[in-house]
Amino acid sequence: MQSNRLGWILLAPTLVILFAFGVLPFVYVLWVSFHQWNPFAVDPTMVFNGADNFRKIVFDADFLNSVGVTVMFVFFAVISELIVGYFLAQAFMREFPGKAFFRTIHTLPLIMAPIIVGSVWKLMMTPSIGIIPHYMQQWFGISVNIGTSPFAAFTTIIIMDIWHWTPLVTLTLIAALVSLPADPFEQAQIDGANKRQIFWHITLPMIAPAVVATVFIRLMDALRTVDEVWMLTGGGPGSATRFVGVHIFKEVFPKTNYGYGSTISVVVLYLTIVVCWLLYVTMLAPRNTKKG
Amino acid sequence: MKKQNPYVGIIFWTLVSFLTLFPVYWLFVISVKPAVQLFSTPGVWLTDPYWGNYAKVWGDRLLRSYMLNSIIISTGNAFLCTILGFFACYALSRFKMAGKESIFFWTITNRMAPPAVFLLPLFLLMTQVYTIGEWRLLDTRIGMILVYCTFNLPFAIWTLRPTVEGIPRELDEAAFVDGASPWQVVTEVVFPLCRPGLAVTLILTWVFAWNEYLLAATLTNFNARTLTTGLSEYVTSTGTEWGIMATISVFTLIPALIVFGLVQKHIVAGLTFGAVKG
Repeated sequence: MQSNRLGWILLAPTLVILFAFGVLPFVYVLWVSFHQWNPFAVDPTMVFNGADNFRKIVFDADFLNSVGVTVMFVFFAVISELIVGYFLAQAFMREFPGKAFFRTIHTLPLIMAPIIVGSVWKLMMTPSIGIIPHYMQQWFGISVNIGTSPFAAFTTIIIMDIWHWTPLVTLTLIAALVSLPADPFEQAQIDGANKRQIFWHITLPMIAPAVVATVFIRLMDALRTVDEVWMLTGGGPGSATRFVGVHIFKEVFPKTNYGYGSTISVVVLYLTIVVCWLLYVTMLAPRNTKKG
Repeated sequence: MKKQNPYVGIIFWTLVSFLTLFPVYWLFVISVKPAVQLFSTPGVWLTDPYWGNYAKVWGDRLLRSYMLNSIIISTGNAFLCTILGFFACYALSRFKMAGKESIFFWTITNRMAPPAVFLLPLFLLMTQVYTIGEWRLLDTRIGMILVYCTFNLPFAIWTLRPTVEGIPRELDEAAFVDGASPWQVVTEVVFPLCRPGLAVTLILTWVFAWNEYLLAATLTNFNARTLTTGLSEYVTSTGTEWGIMATISVFTLIPALIVFGLVQKHIVAGLTFGAVKG
């Protein structure tokens, strides 16, 4: 082991930047979260109200509803992305002409800005001008209206998220599959294992770390989705797509309820950290520390 | 992997590509339609394209300066995050530091914060605290480069760590025996070996920075505005100019596409997340 001083010197810029732009703002938000504060109200003074905001949040039906909607969204979106991403990654493992070309096309959604993704899907889905409601009506006689149907809006957002982020999952899974050694698979085939057994007993355990790392990144980003949803539905109809990110956004900007918005953010951040920490210590940390 | 009829792959991927490309195609269709046609019956095929929106966007000096800002900010941020992330990963992997697993996990918590309420403290910091005399960090390119580190630096550290861990320590030690300084080991031995991982981190952080909207919309007002914020200027109270918006979107897509195309082959090699090392 080398002297620790170099280690701290190398780490220092990272710590300084994250402290200046991550920790300090967080301390401010934490401080505000114990106050009643609406900077644009008639009386914009900040009033300390102890844990009142935190007490309020426990009984806040809108907030609890948004947590429920978010959990549903993250669950369906991430699971679907994993399944679709795995099949596409497997399909890319075969050799066929034009593979590089198709892979480039498949990464295209990944490079689109969330706000643009939201705009395009809005243009495709808005009743009367959108192409999808038009043909759904004409061909199948199904009326799709994301402005009035909570189910249509929620499903559209999940499909949009799958469209947008499956490429990332595919890329990470291709990387994991490419680096697998061939021996265990050949051995299993000689021993007469069928496809399903090979998947559950060999492929899955070997790509598990990559799967968990991917889920981790996707989970984290899906939990704070705002831009696309804000563009597409604005959280509606009603509260059908009002995810926690959108909920906070609404609390802070149209309502300018800054104190309570900060409280929700602190609670959401805390819950996110707890979920990710559990995932980390059970799935990822053993692998990292084993190496040290 | 086993051999198969190659046409199956082509047909399968053509279908998948159709689904993948449709929204992108639709963006393009919107961008070449005059405003009056937007609200008529939607047609799938492109007839009689209208290039007026492109002329308008390209002729807009303001948007050209937004484009330049976007390029400078996302490139600067991607390089900064990749290099600092690499240093941090090297430190976390090679040194026995107190609480390094906690530091590692703490870095990623910076990416988890719901962004909306953090805009105000960042605004206050950049107007009142991070100032030198008259100069403020708000609405500067360097300011945006630093702010984007809050979500890109943790990502860089998380994607680079397996790569750096994967470089055998024996190489470091061999270089020390040969008389290299610690700095030379970091920059001339380990750094080049991590190239695939670094390439992927660079491109993904670049894309995240290029696409960021909320922070850019709040923390810039003129000098450092980016292309994504240019989009929202066409959502007005009198209605949205969808054609112009779509055209700007196409413009934001092109540089990202070029950058992604250039490093395509490095991506799979670098994104292992330390899946299997051996």
